[in-house]
Amino acid sequence: MTPLRILIVDDEPPIRRFLRTALAAQDYRVEEAGDGETAVEFLKRNLVDLIILDLGLPGMDGLDVIRRLRQEGSATPIVILSSRDDEAGKVAALDLGADDYVSKPFGVEELSARIRAALRHRLQQAGEKPLFKSGDLSMDLVRRIVTVRGEDVKLTPREYDLLRLLVSHAGKVLTHKFILKEVWGGETDVQYLRIYIRTLRQKLEADPEQPSLILTEQGVGYRLRAADGM
Amino acid sequence: MTDTDHRPSPDALLKEAGQVGRGRLKIFLGAAPGVGKTYEMLVQARRRKLDGVDAVIGVVETHGRVETDLLTKGIETVPKKRAPYKGRVLAEMDLDAILQRRPRLVLVDELAHDNVPGSRHPKRYLDVEELLAAGIDVYTTLNVQHIESLNDVVAKITHVRVRETVPDSILDRADDIELVDLTPEDLLQRLKEGKVYMPEAAERAQQNYFVPGNLAALRELALRRTAQRVDAQMVDYMRAHAIAGPWEASERLLVAVNARPGAATAVRYARRLADRLRASWTAVHVETGLNQSEAERDRVAQLLRLAERMGGMAATVPAANEADGVLQFARANNITHIVITAARGSRWLDLLRPPPAQQIIRDAGDVSVHIVPERSGKDDIAKAPAPERAALEPRAFAGSLAFSAIALGIGLLLRQALAVSNVALVLLVAVLAAAVTYGLLPSLFAGLICALAYNFFFLPPLYTFTIADPENVVTLLVFMLVAAIASNLTARVRTQAIVARQRAATTEDLYRFSRKLAGIATLDDLLWATAYQVAHMLKLHVVLLMPDGGDLQVRAGYPPEDTLDEGDLAAAKWAFEEGHEAGRGSDTLPGARRLFLPMRTARGVIAIIGLDSEREGSLLTPDQRRLLDSLSDQTALAIERLHLAGEMDRARVAAETEKLRAALLTSISHDLRTPLASILGSASSLKQYRDQLSEADQTELLGTIREEAERLNHFIANLLDMTRLESGALAPNMNLIDLSDVVGSALRRAPLKQHTIALELEPGLPMLKLDPVLFEQVLFNLLDNAAKYAPPGTTVTLRVRAAGGTVTIQILDEGPGLPEEARERVFDKFYRVRAADKKRAGTGLGLAIARGFMEAMGGTITAANRGDRSGAIFTLILPIPTVAEPAP
Repeated sequence: MTPLRILIVDDEPPIRRFLRTALAAQDYRVEEAGDGETAVEFLKRNLVDLIILDLGLPGMDGLDVIRRLRQEGSATPIVILSSRDDEAGKVAALDLGADDYVSKPFGVEELSARIRAALRHRLQQAGEKPLFKSGDLSMDLVRRIVTVRGEDVKLTPREYDLLRLLVSHAGKVLTHKFILKEVWGGETDVQYLRIYIRTLRQKLEADPEQPSLILTEQGVGYRLRAADGM
Repeated sequence: MTDTDHRPSPDALLKEAGQVGRGRLKIFLGAAPGVGKTYEMLVQARRRKLDGVDAVIGVVETHGRVETDLLTKGIETVPKKRAPYKGRVLAEMDLDAILQRRPRLVLVDELAHDNVPGSRHPKRYLDVEELLAAGIDVYTTLNVQHIESLNDVVAKITHVRVRETVPDSILDRADDIELVDLTPEDLLQRLKEGKVYMPEAAERAQQNYFVPGNLAALRELALRRTAQRVDAQMVDYMRAHAIAGPWEASERLLVAVNARPGAATAVRYARRLADRLRASWTAVHVETGLNQSEAERDRVAQLLRLAERMGGMAATVPAANEADGVLQFARANNITHIVITAARGSRWLDLLRPPPAQQIIRDAGDVSVHIVPERSGKDDIAKAPAPERAALEPRAFAGSLAFSAIALGIGLLLRQALAVSNVALVLLVAVLAAAVTYGLLPSLFAGLICALAYNFFFLPPLYTFTIADPENVVTLLVFMLVAAIASNLTARVRTQAIVARQRAATTEDLYRFSRKLAGIATLDDLLWATAYQVAHMLKLHVVLLMPDGGDLQVRAGYPPEDTLDEGDLAAAKWAFEEGHEAGRGSDTLPGARRLFLPMRTARGVIAIIGLDSEREGSLLTPDQRRLLDSLSDQTALAIERLHLAGEMDRARVAAETEKLRAALLTSISHDLRTPLASILGSASSLKQYRDQLSEADQTELLGTIREEAERLNHFIANLLDMTRLESGALAPNMNLIDLSDVVGSALRRAPLKQHTIALELEPGLPMLKLDPVLFEQVLFNLLDNAAKYAPPGTTVTLRVRAAGGTVTIQILDEGPGLPEEARERVFDKFYRVRAADKKRAGTGLGLAIARGFMEAMGGTITAANRGDRSGAIFTLILPIPTVAEPAP
């Protein structure tokens, strides 16, 4: 099996160092670049399976890199490293085409999960798996049945659409904008979305006040728990 | 004209709004003394007291009448104030005591009373206005003869002219007028019973006053006036609430004001007419340029002021003659009624020179003209002064004589060449010259001289004053006539030219002042420039005051003046608080030395200008007053402009400081987070993938954790040091230290593993007074800096020398050196120069801290570029302590 190649783009050597070590331990092949231009140059001549990109790069900005890559038609998954309080940056990056994000400082397990989710999603573009299971939730996408803790749950058409979207991107963060566009056509307010999420949680979660299925990414969007076994 | 607009009228709304917060004024009006106004006022006050209203007596004159006296029992009386005047001690209503007491209602008898000189206001109705403004309700009494606009009508009826008057404006503002009515028979009965007191008229006059016919007329007057007021109130109410009603056609009235007797009557008539027509009215004085004596000018000014007090407007217009001026104004302002006095002169004189009234009637067109007869004899505001002859200046007449003599000489010389009648023309030139240079009288004098000379020297028989040829008589007469007319016209043109020149000069001055104001940048300059300008343009002493904390302070003056006496300060303070003029010549505190006027902008009163003059009499004519207003407004605006400019600056600085702070915060947060990310990432990697990691990998990760933790520590230490320095909490612990000691420990700590270190310590270095911890940090920061910028493998030199009274420590590297503009700026907080190969830049604090520490220890630090090759050189200089110990 050919190992998957990951490109790390970050201007801080210590961060590149431990990332290389950690990723190598998971049998990924690791390449490094210290800034945006180098990364773009590298990607012109080489293919990778995933890019880990720091937003706060000197010179060419992280967002510019994403823009360049997506404009050139690259579909390579991108996971960005961002500052905890840089909401605007995260949302912008995701809207430009990044797949997920991780806030500095982060634990390496979290990053690994995001990497896996991003890779799987890309590899699974064609044909969704008909049966989805994650924790208490079980969803049959063909027969349109939703089961929670063994019980059938009745959802309104809109609620079902919302849940289906989250399931198809399970483990990945989805921005408010993205969800509103996909489910509502983009015309409504975020408040509307919040109300629906709340209703879904009431119906699906064991403890709606402490959700474990539908997770909130403050200021960015929502994320459904990854499928079991991932 | 039907009014289909049903919106509430803004004027009426404003009037209503103006009433909010004021006390309510109720006037008990009577036709004559003795009808029982005071009695009625007390009755109603007692009733309100029973209702629980806090009522007090300010001043009530019972004149010993028992029944009135009884009514005052049970109502609290505010004790009167003692007011000494001309050796006697009089009792006056104590305005301040009432204001302090703050009752709900106060009774003030006899609204028209004149206060003792030295009181805050010269008239009691002004005291009442102050009470109303303070929110206290007032009941007061008034006789119809005291009302300003009715004053002469009553005098005509009763032949008693009353001096104490009350302006109509206060009646207009009263919330309630109650007519206390008594039939003439009942009043006469009371008079017989001795219950009527009229102190302002003598016994005889009183007998004339209390005649049934008179009383009936007065009663009607009072009834009508009350009805007028009620009607006006109703109209106001309807307009404020947009109730459709019979609005007046918009009439506008003009009354011509001049120095002739009877003008005051005309003004009062105009006010009554305006009331009936519900018209606005203006008193207009036509400035013809003819010489007016001071007294005449004063009288006109008084009349204009009277008009303003009675609710009209005042204006001065220049014109060739009175009729022209009046008609011009009327046409320009859509006047519909003109009121003018008609002099009763002889018919013949009228033919020769039609009085203005006739001319106006003829040319008025659609405008109604009301003629008010002038009355000679008993008169109004002041005695009309006999028109003074202007002082006859001997110089002017001497000059005229000279002109005549010259012309005579020329005439004699040219006698052979010119016909006799042409000589007359030459002499005429002399007359005109005299008119242009000196004015009317000297030129008439020249005319006379020339006529006589003409007769004597040129008309046969020569050298006599007789004339042989009758034709020559005609010539002589024509000559004199022409001389007279020419003098007249020329003199008038001359005066008008003088007036016009004055006006132009004033306008020019104002223009220059406004340009000067636009260029002034500080408040003090502005105030001084204003004081100077006002003093010069109006020929007065000026002071300018502005509020400072709670008090008014003198900020500028011309001539320069620092302090004001108590009376003046009180007047200034009052003017500032109330927003009205106060002081000399005004209605409030007229005993002060200066007149104080508020300068205001939309924000309110912002300064006070105080005026004084060494001359006696009134300070400002209406024209001057207008000029002052214009200057005052300009200055007020300039003050506001300066104030706003200052605020804008402050706002801008605040915004920039905010921006800077936000940027710093972001930068610091990044610097703190990045090492943490490495630490957390490495630690979690070790935990998660320990089994998959080789020994080498594990060691590397552990090393990263260690290094990054140190880096974080270093940065936090820098931040804390910086905080200590900034807050002044740094207390260096100065000791005598051996340099090599400190240098050694700094070198051990510094991250110079990749560089060669060259030490050049001069032997025999003295011990230095310094704080070892701080100094080691300074050295460390400099070495750390060198390590960052010097490429690996190059040499970092540390050189120490002693010279003069100081020790110099230099750290040299072989890096790229400092860019020129950065040499001083490197010591700024958070300033970083990015290294060329994009290596990580430092925290930006190291050098700032180094400088802070050096200065705290009494030394200096500078940065420069090496002369011998590329690289930076940092120089530390420390003084050698005077009690130096020999180097070990």
